[in-house]
Amino acid sequence: MADYRVGDPIADTKAPAVPLERRWDERKFAAKLVNPANRRRHRVIVVGTGLAGGSAGATLAEQGYHVVQFCFQDSPRRAHSVAAQGGINAAKNYRNDGDSVYRLFHDTVKGGDFRARESNVYRLAQVSAQIIDQAVASGVPFAREYGGLLDTRSFGGVQVQRTFYARGQTGQQLLLGTYQALSRQIDAGNVELHARTEMLDLVVVDGRARGIVARDLVTGEITTHLADAVVLATGGYGNVFSLSTNAKGSNATAIWRAHKRGAYFANPCFTQIHPTCIPRSGEHQSKLTLMSESLRNDGRIWVPRREGDPRPPGEIPEEERDYYLERLYPSFGNLVPRDIASRAAKNVCDAGLGVGPGGLGVYLDFADAIARLGRPAIEARYGNLFDMYRRITAEDPYAAPMRIYPAIHYTMGGLWVDYDLQSTIPGLFVIGEANFSDHGANRLGASALMQGLADGYFVLPTTVNDYLGGTRLAEVPRDAVTGVETEVRARISRLLAVRGTRSVDSFHRELGLLMWDHCGMSRTREGLRKALDRVPELRAEFWRDVRIPGGGAEFNQELEKANRVADFLELAELMLVDALAREESCGGHFREEHRTPDGEALRDDENFAHVAAWEYGTEPVLHREELVFEHVHPTQRSYT
Amino acid sequence: MKLTVRVWRQEGPAAEGRLVAYPVDGISPDMSFLEMLDVLNQRLIETGGEPVAFDHDCREGICGSCGVVINGRAHGPERTTSCQLHMRSFADGDVIDVEPWRAKGFPIIKDLVVDRSALDRIVQAGGYVTAPTGSSPDAHATPVPKPDADLAFDNATCIGCGACVAACPNGSATLFTAAKVTHLSLLPQGAPERARRVLDMVDTMDAEGFGGCTNTGECVASCPKGIPFASITTLNREFLAASRSGRR
Repeated sequence: MADYRVGDPIADTKAPAVPLERRWDERKFAAKLVNPANRRRHRVIVVGTGLAGGSAGATLAEQGYHVVQFCFQDSPRRAHSVAAQGGINAAKNYRNDGDSVYRLFHDTVKGGDFRARESNVYRLAQVSAQIIDQAVASGVPFAREYGGLLDTRSFGGVQVQRTFYARGQTGQQLLLGTYQALSRQIDAGNVELHARTEMLDLVVVDGRARGIVARDLVTGEITTHLADAVVLATGGYGNVFSLSTNAKGSNATAIWRAHKRGAYFANPCFTQIHPTCIPRSGEHQSKLTLMSESLRNDGRIWVPRREGDPRPPGEIPEEERDYYLERLYPSFGNLVPRDIASRAAKNVCDAGLGVGPGGLGVYLDFADAIARLGRPAIEARYGNLFDMYRRITAEDPYAAPMRIYPAIHYTMGGLWVDYDLQSTIPGLFVIGEANFSDHGANRLGASALMQGLADGYFVLPTTVNDYLGGTRLAEVPRDAVTGVETEVRARISRLLAVRGTRSVDSFHRELGLLMWDHCGMSRTREGLRKALDRVPELRAEFWRDVRIPGGGAEFNQELEKANRVADFLELAELMLVDALAREESCGGHFREEHRTPDGEALRDDENFAHVAAWEYGTEPVLHREELVFEHVHPTQRSYT
Repeated sequence: MKLTVRVWRQEGPAAEGRLVAYPVDGISPDMSFLEMLDVLNQRLIETGGEPVAFDHDCREGICGSCGVVINGRAHGPERTTSCQLHMRSFADGDVIDVEPWRAKGFPIIKDLVVDRSALDRIVQAGGYVTAPTGSSPDAHATPVPKPDADLAFDNATCIGCGACVAACPNGSATLFTAAKVTHLSLLPQGAPERARRVLDMVDTMDAEGFGGCTNTGECVASCPKGIPFASITTLNREFLAASRSGRR
């Protein structure tokens, strides 16, 4: 079992010591500027083209920086933000239902189970309204009402209607907005795009991030790209679990390599399990598909009261159904936060009340909503989601309830950043899901799109200015950085030289299952220790026995996967160490040893009101950032 | 299910390609088409072969990465993406042909993988609204009639997979271009760029080697997102109006 050491505490030094409401204004004013004429002399690398990376690349290029942008997909339009369905939060209060910046801030801190930094979350709430303005100006076709104004709906953990949406394809529409803005800058020559190119390492010179090493996935060519600052917008690491709602290519390589070069990794055990996904249909399953949380606005979740009830759902009378969320949490009902809804589903399935194959499912029923609103209204709201469900399961959700089950969806953990979104390596900025910043131990629905765009459109441009305006950067001699490229080449050669017997996928599946069993919806000391014994063994087996056909200087998808899985096999261990060290339950991190008498997560604010920021080493070093709550006082979260 | 898949194998852009037949068994009707290819690839790897290269990512029909010609039809027999096509659409014992998108505008990279960057360049030519960050008015400043917003949305759902090009006998990217032009021309935002947008996008489409549109409608029949045929009419109308306006 891996041990760890406790190092010096760490703190955010960038948020100004002024009242919460004034911190971002103050920071913007104090930030150094770069003369517009000088900006074009600065190269800024942006890795990733999702909502965070796309908006950052476009905005930095607009400001005049020379942006060099990378994505592993064949086009920036395919980044996984595209798959977000439900919506984006903003404190517009267009509904006049009592929303405000402060309420969005409050909901997010509470939803995150008091493990997020107040300064960051407040700023997120502040810029949220501007994001909607920006998206509309870019031509994003949000849902509108007959009067021509924007429509909104509710999401989990919230009692106001602040979620803007574009049918069930909000992520796609917002991403196309940023993709188009980026396209405009590519056409103008301000962004140099490298598609089908994957970052494999970070170049650090004199303690500062000065570039990356990347592999052209078509030719296999490995190249060093230098710059004055590097921005990672590479998403989360949910694919550690192999089966998740992430895209197949989503990976942790960029942030993990940066971690190995000195960037601290914060709260790796904070992973989000989304309550409403389509249950798996068999061993062949290659990924899981989410059904948007917005469905919980109108769908009612239930299981039969009788264990093993063989009747089809329509024949089970009302009094023999358990609408367990409505029963347990009457004031939020089906719209409790994700961690709570997921755990409740697991509990009823563990009790033998689950439905469908293997008893791993609960019903999400629209019969009442269809009776109340009519089928056309439900079609208009969720048509594409219902179609998707029907296509995958061959069942008609208008006629019978959907079957759903929780699945890995999002990772709140990520590289540690300060208020400027700068990591512990100067010049390395981390935005969007790739950082740990705003969601604490549990993210509220419709907040990922908000955070990605807040970081890229509004926060990063100010803080990159400050960094470049306040730092004297020497020219990097090419031969000073050849070492990193050599290491990358050596690793690829090593992978290809194994010529073992097992496919990359077989290792990935085994790792995923191990993590799901022991570091998934609920965790125990014993299980975590068991997994900590197994992961290093599995990693050794991988390096001894993986089979990768083909060579390195060609289009080789197995090699791409092997590179990513090799990193997941390292990151998994840190997740386990973090989960074991955090002797409390909070948000998505549920330790069975720590629960309230009624089975809810039991936080330990005295000992664990901190961010766990891990420094890389054979023995990881834990640096704690104490969290101070001046405005939202930690209480036992109550949604009853 | 037991099947025979005949897959297009081509080592590189300049190499000669050919269809190679592989028996595949143990296929469940609940598998997606790409999961069937996963099964084939795992067996190829186990037996010392080279797996078939194909593009894919989200596997839920929204990223637009995947796309193969199945039995002569782009994305196969159903109107969906290759990743959302399930094996229940086939019968036990079927022989299934799998080929890459074939069009002058989409050079083959390897096996079933093609280069679709020309579609990006069409968007770069003008498929955007110039809205620098921070300069936007309040989102409610300009109401948009719901029917316009809805139609704009319908066109904006294009995933850029390229099936329309692959299905077109002329290898035309007209439906792709029409979807973006229609989406943006319906909204008040970006109206000042309207004429230049359509002219520049159409010019780029031509320059990238895509063919002309002859209204055969194969594109619409194969579009997984249901982009309407009427959008091509809109594109033509916008193009004509812009050409006459003299705004270049």
